[in-house]
Amino acid sequence: MASPTPLQLRCCAASGCRSAGSEALQAALLAARDQLGGAAEAVTIKPVGCLRLCGRGPLVALDRSGGDGQEPSAGSTELYAELTPEQAPALLAAATGLGDELAAQRLDPAHPFFALQKAVVLEGCGVVNPESIDDALAHGSYAQLKRVLLECTPEQVRDQVKRSGLRGRGGAGYPTGLKWDTVALQPPGPRTVVCNADEGDPGAFMDRSVLESDPHRLIEGMAIAAYAVGADQGYVYVRAEYPLAIERLRLALKQARAKGLLGAGIAGSSFNLRLEVRVGAGAYVCGEETALLASIQGQRGTPRPRPPFPAQVGLWGAPTLINNVETLASIPVILREGGDWYAAIGTEGSKGTKVFALSGAVANTGLVEVPMGTSLRTVVQTIGGGVPGADGPNGGVKAVQTGGPSGGCIPAHLLDTPVDYESLRDLGSMMGSGGLVVMGETTSMPEVARHFMRFSVNESCGKCVPCRAGTVQLAQMLDRFVERRASLADLERLEALCRMVGATSLCGLGQAAPNPVLSTLRYFRQEYQAACREPGQCEPPDACLLQEVTP
Amino acid sequence: MIAPPSAQSPPSAPSPPQAELPAQAVERTTRLIRQHRGRADALIEVLHQVQELYGYLPPGALAQVARELKLPLSRVHGVASFYHLFRLEAPTAHRCAVCLGTACFVKGGGELAARIEQRLGLRLDDAAGNGTWALEHVSCLGACGQAPVLVVDGRLEPRLPMDDPEALDRRLSALGLTAGADAADAPGGAS
Ligand SMILES: Cc1cc2nc3c(=O)[nH]c(=O)nc-3n(C[C@H](O)[C@H](O)[C@H](O)COP(=O)(O)O)c2cc1C
Ligand code: SF4
Ligand code: FES
Ligand code: FES
Repeated sequence: MASPTPLQLRCCAASGCRSAGSEALQAALLAARDQLGGAAEAVTIKPVGCLRLCGRGPLVALDRSGGDGQEPSAGSTELYAELTPEQAPALLAAATGLGDELAAQRLDPAHPFFALQKAVVLEGCGVVNPESIDDALAHGSYAQLKRVLLECTPEQVRDQVKRSGLRGRGGAGYPTGLKWDTVALQPPGPRTVVCNADEGDPGAFMDRSVLESDPHRLIEGMAIAAYAVGADQGYVYVRAEYPLAIERLRLALKQARAKGLLGAGIAGSSFNLRLEVRVGAGAYVCGEETALLASIQGQRGTPRPRPPFPAQVGLWGAPTLINNVETLASIPVILREGGDWYAAIGTEGSKGTKVFALSGAVANTGLVEVPMGTSLRTVVQTIGGGVPGADGPNGGVKAVQTGGPSGGCIPAHLLDTPVDYESLRDLGSMMGSGGLVVMGETTSMPEVARHFMRFSVNESCGKCVPCRAGTVQLAQMLDRFVERRASLADLERLEALCRMVGATSLCGLGQAAPNPVLSTLRYFRQEYQAACREPGQCEPPDACLLQEVTP
Repeated sequence: MIAPPSAQSPPSAPSPPQAELPAQAVERTTRLIRQHRGRADALIEVLHQVQELYGYLPPGALAQVARELKLPLSRVHGVASFYHLFRLEAPTAHRCAVCLGTACFVKGGGELAARIEQRLGLRLDDAAGNGTWALEHVSCLGACGQAPVLVVDGRLEPRLPMDDPEALDRRLSALGLTAGADAADAPGGAS
């Protein structure tokens, strides 16, 4: 570990805080330190990744290694929010004990937003300097890769991953260890690993945060995965909308190559791995694994039928392992602490922790990592603080959207649902990648459904008719509800069309596109009914009421 | 593999629009294609870089890329038109993108888009815009914690104050999002 410095300011340099002015703040801190001299000179100023409460940026954490015992739960760390460059001298004064002007911007580290989080995937996020491999190494990066290369067979690595119970964090939740086995056990020949960093679900920014905050963790996880399945080349496919993530990932790859942690004969072993970044070009469907492979090969990103699965026939025909960023970033910890350790966190069917991006109508927006099985209420109300300015038993929450355009809206009365793959699926939503968008009382559900359907219309690749034409029709039908000119017959046609599109589309985009409609119909049917024409115009009258009996 | 090795030159070459392209940019294109060792799978990366050069993908540049990557023009065009981020027409001098992702939608992104449409006298997702500005929508920039957000000439603008119309108008004015704004007055293509 790095030798502890008595005083350290960790400045969030991830894109959330950047957009709020963190670069100017850090520059001002450096200038103020030089100007103040004296005790301030001893303060280390370090750029780090996301400090979690992105909605209140720019954020800076102040570490006192001496410890003043004020905040036992977070040791001797204080966190300051919404800082301006002008406040740089005051922050240094606070650090050196010469003032306390910024008390009003100090956050309570014992607040549930911080105290209820469990950093596993994010353990280095906000701690390490994302642009320094030396800092990452000092915090233990690549130690597991080196150990595994020296001490373990690929089977032993896969065994730990299977024991961990880790399931894919990209949405579908497929058991990671099984997928690795499938790839490893293909007939001899070249293999490829691909990291899916396309993160297209609106409302999701977990993968972005990992890439921007702790890129070496992902690279280490990928290298271990490559070793475990026998791959010697890999690609990280990042969406073009994430320039900072791309920049930091490219830098990290360069640094890792320079240190002999990528390339030929890694860390003195006979294992070789070439990793490259591929940048998307703004097509949501490229998050789907077969479309992603087409895009990496420089083609239009259209999905193809499976089987064969990429694990069998992937990039240039070779068996290809595709995992999500968070999945791969979980690997180093799993190997360090052991699969059993990881499996002890979470629930029976969903092990470990999950990172959520909390946003929308909620007081505390940002990045939240909690054990699987934590209730939505804990995440949204206790950690998130509910809807700003609202109260009541559900904190003003009307619904929580999970799973993006493939997911659904979970109504407030089901907030006690534990967050795991099965529970969310049973509610007609899905885990998805981890975006949680909170909706307050004023949000209209038919409008939400139309919002997602328009998204799907835009993003449909057009390859198959049910999705290409069906989503357009669904969006038009939803227009009728939003504009209050629908009829009861429309409600029936809407449901029938949803089922048809879901059942007959080729890929997950079309198959799941009706989910936001179906889930809002299930829990907020009265809003659709209220959006029908005057009851007197209905045939037969009161037909809507008859329908309400169905669950 | 995808590249038909025989496709030495696509049917449309030599294409006349080529002549209109600045020689320097044409040379740069050749060089960057060489840097990718002429590999067909680098097509998307090449198109990104060519777009950076011209601000969009002019027909002549697409023809050049096809020729030098030894791909049929139809394939290059097919890829360029598939991805939302590739522009096939010259962009306006200034561009604004409003996020309509779910978080921004919940926080009033739709009203924000309508407000900007009204201020600038243009329609959302009309590439021609008002001649100076164009407004497009994006679906999540991963800055959902700061919703609603805008991107003005490449700069992310977080937390637009939707609950305070006056503050919103001040903020939009400061960003140069004003009807008839002279291109020179607008905060230039910084970043
Ligand atoms: C339309 C569509 C979009 C998807 N987008 C993503 C994405 O952005 N990121 C991701 O990791 N997986 C995405 N997936 C899931 C991937 O196809 C794939 O299952 C996943 O990357 C596998 O990794 P995992 O096993 O680690 O979850 C998407 C799937 C569909 C159908
Ligand atoms: S379901 Fe939609 S996105 Fe998927 S292949 Fe068909 S048209 Fe394309
Ligand atoms: S981006 Fe700074 S706290 Fe998340
Ligand atoms: S929804 Fe707008 S940035 Fe994510």
